[in-house]
Amino acid sequence: MDNPCSTFLHLSLLLYVVGAVAGLLFLGRPRLANLFSFGFATVAALCQGLSCLMALVGGTAATNASARLIPSMVPYVEFTVRQDPLGAFFGIIVSLLGLALSIYSLGYARGFYGRKNVGVLGSFFNVLLLSTTLVFLADNAFFFLMTWEVMALSAYCLVSYEHEQEETRKAGVLYFIMSHIGTGCLILGFLLLFQSSGSYSFASFHALGNTMEPAHRNAVFLVFLIGFGVKAGIVPLHIWLPAAHPVAPSNVSALMSGVLIKTGIYGLTRVFFDFLGTPPNWWGVTVLAIGTISAVLGVLYALMEHDLKRLLAYHSIENIGIILMGLGAALMFLHTGHPTLAGLALIAGLYHTINHAVFKALLFLGAGAVLHSTHTRNMEEMGGLIKRMPWTAFFFLIGAIAISALPPLNGFVSEWLTYQSLLQGFGTTESLIRLMFPLSGAMLALTGALAAACFVKAFGITFLAQPRSQHAAHAHEAAPTMLLGQGILTVTCVFLGLFPTVFLRVLYPVTEQLLGPNLGWDLSRANGLVLQTTADHGGTISTLGMVLMAVCLLPIPAVLWVFFGRGTKVRIGPTWDCGQRGLTPQMEYTATGFSKPIRMIFKALFRPRREVQREYDFSPYFATNIRFEAHVEEVFQTRIYRPLNRLVLRASRRMRALQAGSIQAYLIYIFITLLVLLLFAL
Amino acid sequence: MKPDPVAIAIQTALLLLIAPLISGCIKNWKAKLQTRRGPRIWQPYFDLAKFLRKDMVISEHASWIFSAAPYVIFLSSLLAGLMVPMVVAQAPLSLYGGVLGVIGLLALGRFFLALGGLDPASAFGGMGSSREMTIAAIAEPAMMLAIFTVAITAGSTDLSQIVHSSGGPLWKLLDPTHVMAFAALFIVLLAESCRIPVDNPATHLELTMIHEAMLLEYSGRYLAFMEWGAAIKQVVLLTLLANVFFPIGIAQDTSFPMLAVGSAAYLLKLLALAAAVVLVETTNAKLRLFRVPDLLSASFVLATLALMSTFLFH
Repeated sequence: MDNPCSTFLHLSLLLYVVGAVAGLLFLGRPRLANLFSFGFATVAALCQGLSCLMALVGGTAATNASARLIPSMVPYVEFTVRQDPLGAFFGIIVSLLGLALSIYSLGYARGFYGRKNVGVLGSFFNVLLLSTTLVFLADNAFFFLMTWEVMALSAYCLVSYEHEQEETRKAGVLYFIMSHIGTGCLILGFLLLFQSSGSYSFASFHALGNTMEPAHRNAVFLVFLIGFGVKAGIVPLHIWLPAAHPVAPSNVSALMSGVLIKTGIYGLTRVFFDFLGTPPNWWGVTVLAIGTISAVLGVLYALMEHDLKRLLAYHSIENIGIILMGLGAALMFLHTGHPTLAGLALIAGLYHTINHAVFKALLFLGAGAVLHSTHTRNMEEMGGLIKRMPWTAFFFLIGAIAISALPPLNGFVSEWLTYQSLLQGFGTTESLIRLMFPLSGAMLALTGALAAACFVKAFGITFLAQPRSQHAAHAHEAAPTMLLGQGILTVTCVFLGLFPTVFLRVLYPVTEQLLGPNLGWDLSRANGLVLQTTADHGGTISTLGMVLMAVCLLPIPAVLWVFFGRGTKVRIGPTWDCGQRGLTPQMEYTATGFSKPIRMIFKALFRPRREVQREYDFSPYFATNIRFEAHVEEVFQTRIYRPLNRLVLRASRRMRALQAGSIQAYLIYIFITLLVLLLFAL
Repeated sequence: MKPDPVAIAIQTALLLLIAPLISGCIKNWKAKLQTRRGPRIWQPYFDLAKFLRKDMVISEHASWIFSAAPYVIFLSSLLAGLMVPMVVAQAPLSLYGGVLGVIGLLALGRFFLALGGLDPASAFGGMGSSREMTIAAIAEPAMMLAIFTVAITAGSTDLSQIVHSSGGPLWKLLDPTHVMAFAALFIVLLAESCRIPVDNPATHLELTMIHEAMLLEYSGRYLAFMEWGAAIKQVVLLTLLANVFFPIGIAQDTSFPMLAVGSAAYLLKLLALAAAVVLVETTNAKLRLFRVPDLLSASFVLATLALMSTFLFH
């Protein structure tokens, strides 16, 4: 392996290690720690990105052989890596976000000087990037699980970075527990695969395919769905996500929402499409249903939030749902023997994966900049920030348009692809199951419209109108490196939105790897200006064309202005206040008020509760003091997890009788265990 | 098919000119039905010209979003209109986006409309934005399902293809799939173009208005572009209904007799649908906000039934 591609890759791995060490070396010197750890991470991410792009575009990814990273002494444990197309595609996501986030962190970490240890932050940041990179490279189940665990632990350390607050510690522990339930399932899954293949290498799993028994295969499917599903944050395994993402430092939240939960998607894609062969129908149905439910519930809960970062975290659940809709549809098409359509659906899912990574990271960075300057995550205390933080506001707006799936940005393109694959799915089967496709499509439409409502709220309440608190009134624009980090992601959003056909070339090797070579279609038309579906006359879209056409239409308002509006003046005046004496920020619409109609419409789900206490002197209409409290019930917390929690606690109280503290009793336990094991061995 | 500059220019002009006329007709006929004289059908043109000539007052709290919104709304409605076949079966911009593109562009306009409502820090605007986004959110699944039903039958999301395939013998118009999908989309049209059971375009009472609440702070040129944009959006939706469900008389090519018949048929269909809107508006009372979801769920159920019926009849 001595092509430039692998040289760059090794260089980037080395640089991540150097960055991690540098952070620890300069523990007491925040400035140097910041500069070196995030500086090395920036260069490393750049090298990694180059390597992945070259591998995919140059076509070497498909033929890359498995290589030993470090020699191993222990049997079965092999530290092998292989940069195949799927891994390289996810590598692009890591490197892209790694680059933008490292640059952003250079400025963001300054907020921790003198308060927290920046060296630790930088060091774990590098370790997380390194381990995530290795997760996408690992070619052996053992090595995969090791890097997976390093990733989970470093993420835990980063989530608990501001551990002085109780909320953070609780969220960290919740993440830790959920993450390890997931890892437990993964270990079980890989052992099941090992049982059939006799080796831990991914190549041997790939060779398994359809040779496994159906029951065995279904067990593997379910175990991996849970294991990777926890990491991806599918409903109902999502509860750690809205707790852990908001409390982490914002650059880490962006990394977690952008990259970390995508490792779950990577794992699902790897196992379902690479290892398990032709899927039975119910797999696809299950994944599509989970995706649809996650998408709708994610966005509904997001709407109820007025904590800016929690809101974004819930949107991650929504978007994971949309990605899974693509993957689920692809599995269903594979079952019915439509590899071309499966390719389209898979591309829709994977394209949404990178899109979500980019715009969600962008939004988290914007939220971080806002948090940095207003010291609050509560949207009800923000407002008017567009005047004080114009660039951050602009970047956030681009992210908001993209995530709401509005043309001409990238979210629209990937959802368009998802719609198209769902639409064509209707014709692939004669059974009643095909109704699922249009119904999921309708739910996707609901999701998209609710997401738009949510981001009108998020952007409008945070950035527009009057400042609602002193903090917001005295906010200041973020540091230049923080803006640069957001700028990189904004440009990527626009690029992925306007030039999808260019980017799709990176995805073709992935579908070729997973679904067999040469599906014989090309989604690009008219020299890449137009994106088309696989069906003849199926449908076309051109976001670039829309923008160009809009520019061509721009003279119409201009001419009307010149023709009619010559000499008109613009006067700045107060907003209409119904004859009162000026509007105060208290009179503005609040985030809670904005989402109230939706809360009322879906009250069966939210079970809203509110308490109003009035203090008054003579008439209730002239209250001297009003206290208002509103709650929304999180069904999964109260209906599933809390009873489960109680059950576990009760069981462990029973178990405590066993642990009496007497050594004789323990000796008996050991003896009995030995006997049982011996009997078992007979 | 490549976008043809002549076709684009003609359709743009048609959209710009016909949109105020339809609004005017609806207003006038509604007044006639209520035995009032009402404004002339040409009144919206005079209104637009007047707005364009007026000075503007802009709120001190407003940002550039407030100024960008009218242009985004105006241009996105126009672009969406260029993707819908009007007189000729081939829409000039169908290559750049089919029905999903139209929905996306209208949603983009709505997004900026709602932001423009929030920007001047007025409670009215916020209320309008909140309601608009809510109603749009519950209208969207019904709309998408109805469109999916049509698109599945046609095998395409390209509106020109859909129009081609829904042509044919007249009895096809009585196909239950067709009828139910039409009913579902008609309800969505009422919601999307702020018509009476959902919103009241004539009201300025803070408890009832939705669309008007967001426009409250707008004046002069900006108001003109927003009103015009809204009128174009209404025409786009009416055209969608007219040509997808009743493609009778639509011109298949650009020969003169075809065009003449096509224009006449198009105008007639549009006016007929406008008359239907007028009838609904005069015979119904505005629904309470929390009754609107019932109406839109009815539309969703209709769309689902339309989809199911494809099993039975195809």
